[in-house]
Amino acid sequence: MFRAAVRLSVSGARSLTRPQLGLTAPLAQRCYAHGGKLESDEEFDARWVTYFNKADIDAWELRKGMNTLIGYDLVPEPKILEAALRACRRLNDLASAIRILEAVKDKSGPHKKIYPYLIQELRPTLDELGISTPEELGMD
Amino acid sequence: MLFSFRMLATRALSLVGKRAISTSICLRGGHGVAKVDDYALPAYFDRRENPLPDVQFVTELSAVQKSLKEKEKGSWATLSNEEKIALYRISFKQSFAEMNEGTKEWKSVIAGMFFFIGMTGLVVLWQRKFVYGPVPPTFESEWKEKEVQRMLDMRINPVEGFSAKWDYENKEWKK
Repeated sequence: MFRAAVRLSVSGARSLTRPQLGLTAPLAQRCYAHGGKLESDEEFDARWVTYFNKADIDAWELRKGMNTLIGYDLVPEPKILEAALRACRRLNDLASAIRILEAVKDKSGPHKKIYPYLIQELRPTLDELGISTPEELGMD
Repeated sequence: MLFSFRMLATRALSLVGKRAISTSICLRGGHGVAKVDDYALPAYFDRRENPLPDVQFVTELSAVQKSLKEKEKGSWATLSNEEKIALYRISFKQSFAEMNEGTKEWKSVIAGMFFFIGMTGLVVLWQRKFVYGPVPPTFESEWKEKEVQRMLDMRINPVEGFSAKWDYENKEWKK
């Protein structure tokens, strides 16, 4: 049901060696127990982007959303992370923004190419908001 | 660390120190609010699967930290790297890199293993010297020679085994 950027446990390394083509794993969709329609990647992404884009999101919702998202078997798409980082900005929480970047890098596990790709995609947002990556701060 | 004052059931105020949460018990009609113990409050913990814990790591901010928090409300581009790291350290105890690094415990484990294997070796040596009686006479070389000769005379396993390897003509082992 949840597939977004990378289905880490199913997709082989080959689908991750060319990040510029997008990190969608080939049709790795989980079964649904309730018998409803399977959610597509785009719907999943859109749902999460909408969640973080809520204008008056509060700190609890940000934490809950982020912890839940990290609990899934995937690395979130850059657009979801962008929305999360902007939510941090609205909440005046730089520490959480840096933490999110760390968590996403940790989430990629052995697939080393994911994180640089994400940073590359997020670079405009990072520069705009003034967020430093953990590497720039020497925290790795 | 946390001082929670014992509260009698009939008393009013309980102040939970460091967390600066005051639970006041109003006794109206015999009802009371339970005292909040430290362990019942949301705790801070560094876990990979829970990147944003429920509470900040540092709960009481110094004046410097408070002013830094104020500065955080403005543009983040104006913050220096040290300030950003300071803000991070207010909210979190260990970075992901720090929480993921291994301990050096394996060295203690291997050292312990070797030590106890060594101790066991010493015990075994001691046992051999002081506990076990003498080895039976059947192990002496003279006895063994006679034993082998007897086996050859009996033609033990003459086809493919023991006696097959003895050259009866030349009275020596076959090359």
